[in-house]
Amino acid sequence: MIETTTTDLIINFSYVLAAALFIFGLKLLGHPSSARKGNFLSAVAMLIAIVVTMFDNNIVSFQIIAIAMLAGSILGVFAARMVAMTAMPEMVSLLNGIGGLASLFVAWATVAGTSDYGVFTMVVTFLALLIGGVTFSGSLIAWAKLSERITGRSVTFSGQVVFNSVLVLVIIFAAYLFVAQPAMVAGINIDFNVVLYTAMALALLFGIMLVLPIGGADMPVVISLLNSYSGLAACAAGFALHNNILIVAGSLVGASGIILTNIMCKAMNRSLSNVLFSGFMPATKTDMVIEGEVKPLSADDAYYVLEAAQSVVVIPGYGMAVAQAQHAMKELQQLLEENGAEVAYAIHPVAGRMPGHMNVLLAEADVSYEQLFEMDEINKRIQNFDVAMVIGANDVVNPAAREMKGSPIYGMPVINADLAKNVFVLKRGMASGFAGIDNPLFFKPNCRMIFGDAKETLGSMIRQFSD
Amino acid sequence: MDAVYLLFILLLSIFVGFELIQKVPATLHTPLMSGANAISGITVVGALALAGSDTMGEYAAYLGAFAVFLATINVVGGYLVTDRMLAMFKKKQ
Repeated sequence: MIETTTTDLIINFSYVLAAALFIFGLKLLGHPSSARKGNFLSAVAMLIAIVVTMFDNNIVSFQIIAIAMLAGSILGVFAARMVAMTAMPEMVSLLNGIGGLASLFVAWATVAGTSDYGVFTMVVTFLALLIGGVTFSGSLIAWAKLSERITGRSVTFSGQVVFNSVLVLVIIFAAYLFVAQPAMVAGINIDFNVVLYTAMALALLFGIMLVLPIGGADMPVVISLLNSYSGLAACAAGFALHNNILIVAGSLVGASGIILTNIMCKAMNRSLSNVLFSGFMPATKTDMVIEGEVKPLSADDAYYVLEAAQSVVVIPGYGMAVAQAQHAMKELQQLLEENGAEVAYAIHPVAGRMPGHMNVLLAEADVSYEQLFEMDEINKRIQNFDVAMVIGANDVVNPAAREMKGSPIYGMPVINADLAKNVFVLKRGMASGFAGIDNPLFFKPNCRMIFGDAKETLGSMIRQFSD
Repeated sequence: MDAVYLLFILLLSIFVGFELIQKVPATLHTPLMSGANAISGITVVGALALAGSDTMGEYAAYLGAFAVFLATINVVGGYLVTDRMLAMFKKKQ
């Protein structure tokens, strides 16, 4: 250890201050009115941490740092300015991945000069390498799935379970070689760099194998989990470098991701292992037949019902994001309110492709957050609503979750749209949701289907109101 | 003993994290994620020491510099996009 100097003391005191600001910032993130300030405090904490680190006596060359930071800042500003709100899930996955890769490189740099450390440091360095690598490649696959560069469906091949099990064993063996000095296999001494590169390749492969079998509807869980990993990777890097602020900040992020993962799993009535491994299980089939017929309705006829309605609840799903219908919905909301109706929005926790996806889209369209209600709040009074408008949502309003034992989503908490007096389902066609399950809601006597692009449908309703 | 001390810090901050984040409403989950993402860019602090050091060798410095570059994207991009989102969350006029 290097002896403690005054500079080290100042640096560490500043880290304490930064940690306090991170925590206080997260606390302010607990309410929409103070959240922006919270994010700002968190950014100030980061700035303090970065600036004081520059005073570290070990840092002698600043040129390369300046270039790296400038390039990173330019890219960061560019990405943050350019991204469309509908593309937030892709953006967050990419950022998760970059964070993971940064931790991988920190771990790599730690052992690049010398691998002559104690067992503890080598174990945590390996963890940083592994978690960082998994986060990076896993996030890239998640990003490709979300942006539909590869199929959003679960990707499986025969022997995948065996392959993954072998992969885990090989990773454990690689970890042993990484930590054991010198690395010996069957009496032959293996170069440390060979072990290092193999470990990185294995970590990247593992991330790909982890996310490939997960289908598009489960993406909220995957993004939350990868978010958590990006924090844990920073945490492991903090252990490797014996840096407190990395551990504090990394574990805050890790905890945040785990909580979100848990919320998402609960909202789908599934366990995390079920989400991660269900791609391997045979699809459950029900022989239950849904009776009744689908009754289509034109947007013009729907207008007459809306005009008479005293209260309307809007239930958005991923389809609203795809159709970019949030602005049209806000316009219709204003017309309905001028007409004397109460308009509420019901948001299911897993609506969309990431936690809170719908809330951001509606905020972008200037819908007040006070009009957005969580599932439990709205379900208590859903029978009082004259009209429930389902826009591009499917599985989250599927009454099969309540009534059809044996349905794959039986037991999942859903928004009980079918209990409202009238239900309008704005939908492109009769295709089933991402889960691939039939929706008995469409066959209920109080349900009308308004086929077509949600934005155009809402547009023609708006025109009717203006006439 | 050093390891035990670091584990103490880990344990306490995980507990603080759980307590704080449980109170974040569902409305703010997306900004929470991108904000948390920016915080995970704290790796930049670790990377700085590696990139600027002359004792670790040139190779390590370049790897560290690349980590600085990546983590800076995370920090700058994460905080800005979170701020952009949070600016849109408005009360009823």
